[in-house]
Amino acid sequence: MHSKTLGWALLAPTLILLFFFGVVPFIYVLFVSFHQWNPFAVNPDMIFNWAENYRRVVFDAQFLASLGVTIAFVFFAVVSELIIGYALAQAFMRDFPGKAFFRTIHTLPLIMAPIIVGSIWKLMTTPSIGILPNILDDWFGYNLNIGQSALQAFTVTVIMDIWHWTPLVTLSLIAALVSLPPDPFEQAQIDGANKRQIFWHITLPMIRPAIIATVFIRLMDALRTVDEVLMLTGGGPGSATRYVGVHIFKEVFPRTNYGYGSAISVVVLYLTIVACWLLYVSLIAPRNTRKG
Amino acid sequence: MRNGNRWLPVLFWTLISFLTLFPIYWLFVISVKPAVELFSTPSVILTDIYWQNYLDVLGDRTLRGYMVNSLVISTGNAVLCTLLGFMACYALSRFDLPGKESIFFWTITNRMAPPAVFLLPLFLLLTQVYRIGEFSLADTRTGMILVYCTFNLPFAIWTLRPTLDGIPKELDEAAYVDGASAWKVISEVVFPLARPGLAVTLILTWVFAWNEYLLAATLTNFNARTLTTGLSEYVTTTGTEWGIMAAISVFTLIPALIIFSLVQRHIVAGLTFGAVKG
Repeated sequence: MHSKTLGWALLAPTLILLFFFGVVPFIYVLFVSFHQWNPFAVNPDMIFNWAENYRRVVFDAQFLASLGVTIAFVFFAVVSELIIGYALAQAFMRDFPGKAFFRTIHTLPLIMAPIIVGSIWKLMTTPSIGILPNILDDWFGYNLNIGQSALQAFTVTVIMDIWHWTPLVTLSLIAALVSLPPDPFEQAQIDGANKRQIFWHITLPMIRPAIIATVFIRLMDALRTVDEVLMLTGGGPGSATRYVGVHIFKEVFPRTNYGYGSAISVVVLYLTIVACWLLYVSLIAPRNTRKG
Repeated sequence: MRNGNRWLPVLFWTLISFLTLFPIYWLFVISVKPAVELFSTPSVILTDIYWQNYLDVLGDRTLRGYMVNSLVISTGNAVLCTLLGFMACYALSRFDLPGKESIFFWTITNRMAPPAVFLLPLFLLLTQVYRIGEFSLADTRTGMILVYCTFNLPFAIWTLRPTLDGIPKELDEAAYVDGASAWKVISEVVFPLARPGLAVTLILTWVFAWNEYLLAATLTNFNARTLTTGLSEYVTTTGTEWGIMAAISVFTLIPALIIFSLVQRHIVAGLTFGAVKG
């Protein structure tokens, strides 16, 4: 093999860049989180104050509320996307005229900027200019006002996420379904298994790795949802849709209490890692132990 | 397998496509109506098209500046990430470097971190730490190009790795035997073969940078603001200019739509992070 120096030289720019913009920010936020620091206060110095910021985070009612709505949002969005995405993927499994065309249209939202998705849904749902409140009022006498009703605002953010990201689930599951071997299904039909049995005992176990991968990607993305919600509701009404990212952007960032803001950032990062680890342990690990 | 009606799925998918397309169509409807008409009963059918909102956006010096910033930042970032990703993946696939799989994995994890977590540290680093005398990276296009590498460079490495692993090593070894320099091998043997993968990476990183909002909104305040931040500036609690907001949204959407229609097939795999092959 040729000299390793060249290899390191080619890799160096990437490593340096990611060090300065990935590792250093992480170490820095950790460092600041153990300090009391407000550059605009009477005393602008950084003062080491042990875990005081973390103690405050744990008892911060606003932050805990934000964490609660985030979990609800992620749960409803990802579960709905998985169910709808699976149904749509199955619907794509047979041949019909214009299949490629419909698939293209279905993929469209994936390329759109989250903030544009937020702006589109804002134009759809704002009373007086939006089409949805008008139709719902005229046809069903239902009053949709996401600026007033916490439940409606929450529901619309979930629907918006479903609109934006279900295609990703559909595409991943299509890929998984296409690659399945036909033999087990034929065998099951010969043995007289019904559709439900085939789904639970053959299809589901076989596409399980694809489902796990998809849930993983979606969970990570849903946890960091900010742009579209910021645009649609701004986190309101009250704190009904103030998901953790929105909370950091709207409540933590504008304040100049950097030590406390850093502590919240670290906690959010930690919880994200824990969420992924829990998912990994509950979905992937049991499979491996059974195999071994 | 099943002998269902052939046209039933078409009907079903027409309905689903309607649900996908209608909100986008509605954005267009709002963008081509004068403000006074918006508040009368909303109508789905367009009788006449009013282009003034678009002209207003193009005529606005600030928004034009934001567009240029968006263009410069996304192009600069896409080129930088694709180039560095290509170099890094070449090193990872051809050299026997100790711990290279760990390095590969570590670069990928950079993309998984929620960006909101890094708002505060990046803001503090850019404004206070990463500076030489008067020159600081805060609110500069260069700064944003570098910051966007945190999510786009890992993505570029992730998508380019299979491309470079797929180019047979024998090709460059043969060229080395013939006495070619490393630069010649990379530029004349490997680069042409990696071109399709590089194109997809370039396009997707460009779209991701173009679409980014959160970091641009917090790390810039005037000089390097992008189109997406311009959009949020038009949403105020008192009297949003809906027509203008819709027109800016359409401007932001157009490049992504054009790219999508041109290379749809190739980018699906990239979008789903490799979960889909085709």
